[in-house]
Amino acid sequence: MKELSTRERMQIPRQAMPVRDPAERRRDFEEVALGLTPELAEREAMRCILCKRPPCIEGCPVRVRIDQFIPLVASGDLAGAARMLAEDNALPAVCGRVCPQETQCEELCVLGRKGLPVAIGALERYVADWAREHGAGRQAPTAPTGHRIAVVGAGPAGLTCASDLARLGHEVTIFEALHEPGGVLAYGIPRFRLPRDIVGAEIRALTDLGVEIVTDAVIGMAESIDDLLAGGYDAVFVGVGAGLPRFLDVPGEDLVGVYSANEFLTRVNLMKAHQAGAATPVIDLDGARVAVFGGGNTAVDAARTAVRLGAAEVAMLYRRTRAEMPARAEEVEHALEEGVLLTEQVAPVELTGTDGRLEGVRLLRMEQGEPDESGRRRPVEIPGSEFDLPIDLAVVAIGNAPNPILRRTTADLEHTKWGTLVADPDTGETRKPGVWAGGDIVTGGATVILAMGAGRRAAQAIHRHLTAKNDLEAG
Amino acid sequence: MFSVLDTRPVAPGVTRLEIAAPRVARFWKPGQFVIVRVDGEGERIPLTVVDADPAAGHITLIVQAVGYTTRRLSQVPTGGEIADVVGPLGRPSEIEAFGHVAVVGGGVGTAVAFPTARALQGAGNRVTVIVGARTAAHVILADEIRDAGCDLIVATEDGSAGVKGLVTGPLEELIEADIVDRVIAAGPIPMMRAVAETTRSGAIPTMVSLNPIMVDGTGMCGGCRVRVGGEMKFACVDGPDFDAHLVDFDGLARRNRTYLEFERAALEADMPMAAR
Ligand SMILES: Cc1cc2nc3c(=O)[nH]c(=O)nc-3n(C[C@H](O)[C@H](O)[C@H](O)COP(=O)(O)OP(=O)(O)OC[C@H]3O[C@@H](n4cnc5c(N)ncnc54)[C@H](O)[C@@H]3O)c2cc1C
Ligand SMILES: Cc1cc2nc3c(=O)[nH]c(=O)nc-3n(C[C@H](O)[C@H](O)[C@H](O)COP(=O)(O)OP(=O)(O)OC[C@H]3O[C@@H](n4cnc5c(N)ncnc54)[C@H](O)[C@@H]3O)c2cc1C
Ligand code: SF4
Ligand code: SF4
Ligand code: FES
Repeated sequence: MKELSTRERMQIPRQAMPVRDPAERRRDFEEVALGLTPELAEREAMRCILCKRPPCIEGCPVRVRIDQFIPLVASGDLAGAARMLAEDNALPAVCGRVCPQETQCEELCVLGRKGLPVAIGALERYVADWAREHGAGRQAPTAPTGHRIAVVGAGPAGLTCASDLARLGHEVTIFEALHEPGGVLAYGIPRFRLPRDIVGAEIRALTDLGVEIVTDAVIGMAESIDDLLAGGYDAVFVGVGAGLPRFLDVPGEDLVGVYSANEFLTRVNLMKAHQAGAATPVIDLDGARVAVFGGGNTAVDAARTAVRLGAAEVAMLYRRTRAEMPARAEEVEHALEEGVLLTEQVAPVELTGTDGRLEGVRLLRMEQGEPDESGRRRPVEIPGSEFDLPIDLAVVAIGNAPNPILRRTTADLEHTKWGTLVADPDTGETRKPGVWAGGDIVTGGATVILAMGAGRRAAQAIHRHLTAKNDLEAG
Repeated sequence: MFSVLDTRPVAPGVTRLEIAAPRVARFWKPGQFVIVRVDGEGERIPLTVVDADPAAGHITLIVQAVGYTTRRLSQVPTGGEIADVVGPLGRPSEIEAFGHVAVVGGGVGTAVAFPTARALQGAGNRVTVIVGARTAAHVILADEIRDAGCDLIVATEDGSAGVKGLVTGPLEELIEADIVDRVIAAGPIPMMRAVAETTRSGAIPTMVSLNPIMVDGTGMCGGCRVRVGGEMKFACVDGPDFDAHLVDFDGLARRNRTYLEFERAALEADMPMAAR
């Protein structure tokens, strides 16, 4: 392959990832985005101008060596690229699919200043998928250190922390409350965005490293954190996520047909309600009218899931405008292509029904007011603008509060007034000796890659702590 | 996988299972429950832990076959296995020296109330257990209740054992004849509501163990939400025991009927969701 000049590289247009036709994909749960072909991937990889001090890496919380793995893709050394990626990222095929790259690595890519950034996420997905299909990029365990670490929660934060610690030779056990590991990757993000065999394969890579995953174990209800510390674990990492769903606090929320997004998505994703014969159903959506409240990734996922379950009409109802939706732009785009309607600047005042079943929602129109603390303009009600919408199902996707179980059962873990855990942002260290924390339980609902970054930093801090302890004991 | 050490019928349609679940057995307190998944494709259902042996690592469940999953569980034989048992979940019942406590169990609700009754007796209370059942054959745990030192009153609908009628009859009599400091009830929703009404005028503190539909049991899904005193509570992390005088029983009853059509179809076809 001939060497390209920077100029030539910059002339290659960004290669788009093929996606399935909306008309076809909106009735099944197969993956929407198809991934780059080898030709597309090589071409895209050639766009990277191999910056001397690559800013993109600064945008990646786990510090993937973007400037090094991309040239390996360009030169066709996929095995080399896979090896490198596996060292930097415990869940590359997941991140390549669900990372909000546009606000992470790609936002800082120099090419983005004048044109479009390198499609780093798509290339990461390409390498990770190749590695999985070819059994490449496997990590080998190192010599055991004799230290034991307990990780609470098998979401992205816990999985990453466990992977890094295991590769440093520590003996790691993950305790997970549900019957399956993955956290939001298992119960939240739908399989048409993140196929479950991919999550399964990346978790298997972890158990191949020697990490033990104990499911059906709710720490705080069964063992407490103190039990773990007293029972032979040298350190505990807490990555229990943000669980408790928020509701709208309007009349009618107890009607049959009103779900939290967590329940709706869990029934479909974890409990497979979309399959014929599944034991955990959602109410029949065939021909139904569905309203989803919220504007984040969760709301978009719920809306697209409702479409796939046969709903006749699915509307996302959002208090602000489309430009202010926290959901990834690409996902909103995909949802609209699939027929999801977006109604901006409305807020529910009441859910209505008869015989305890949901039949409609009364909405109020909103307009933009003064900016609030977040800098976004506060939605203000327009008096007298009420109108009614008939609906059969409502999904409430307005965020989660932190899960209360550990807070209630571990007296000396310090929490903020919002219920999140207090931990050092650089190290994950909590105020309780021997306990580190990271992910949504510390930040509130955030992203997969931020949770992973926190897991990684905590793993390094735990390793430093244990090594220092060794030195002390030896010296 | 969790081994089933013993399966035996205890009443028509009611089965007692002893299961090896060391983590649950070690940490369980009366009033807490587990979530069980019979097999890899199964749904997650909540069941009260009736008894636990922490040393042996065993727990006891008593399950009434009301639908697809409870029937499947009842059919797991001695020596069989079930996929998941997670717990203990929920807040333990309040166990204090209250004085005289009346514990009311309706049907399989007796299994839910029994561990709390026994713990209350152990904590120095005088405990009268009122067991309601359709017929004499449906009365469960009578010997265990007596062995625990509690007084036992049985009420059957057909009068085939104890007094004839519903549990509220003997409860009213007890309240009239004796001082009752606290009432605890578990059973069908109409029964719990009737108990709440019975004790409301005398303002006797009354707790009910609610049984909403659950998925995760850890506060994540919000499916188990109930109204208590006008506030939204999640039964799995805030309960399952709540102040009976504040519970919205109508709301609970409606929400528990959400999947009725699916369940009927599933049961008829002996498939979880044949309706689809
Ligand atoms: C529907 C949905 C879509 C999303 N889409 C995206 C996306 O496209 N891109 C993106 O970057 N982010 C997305 N997010 C956000 C992202 O998934 C989360 O920020 C991320 O998963 C947080 O990781 P975590 O490890 O902190 O927690 P979680 O993923 O929540 O995992 C926590 C785990 O801990 C377990 N647990 C809880 N309590 C206990 C306990 N006491 N004992 C043992 N285990 C316990 C839980 O069961 C869970 O498995 C989405 C979130 C949702 C809900
Ligand atoms: C905290 C708690 C403790 C419980 N303890 C016990 C126990 O010790 N023994 C026991 O036999 N049962 C107990 N239950 C009830 C048990 O969980 C349900 O009977 C079971 O989930 C029904 O599942 P199924 O698939 O067999 O029936 P389904 O086919 O799902 O339902 C059959 C019928 O039961 C109703 N139902 C569905 N889910 C529930 C539910 N969670 N609670 C009550 N009714 C329901 C349905 O509306 C329908 O009328 C408990 C429930 C809770 C929440
Ligand atoms: S993990 Fe996410 S942020 Fe990091 S390089 Fe990959 S796509 Fe970018
Ligand atoms: S900033 Fe962009 S061009 Fe530079 S190394 Fe990173 S991906 Fe390549
Ligand atoms: S069962 Fe899901 S929150 Fe209680």
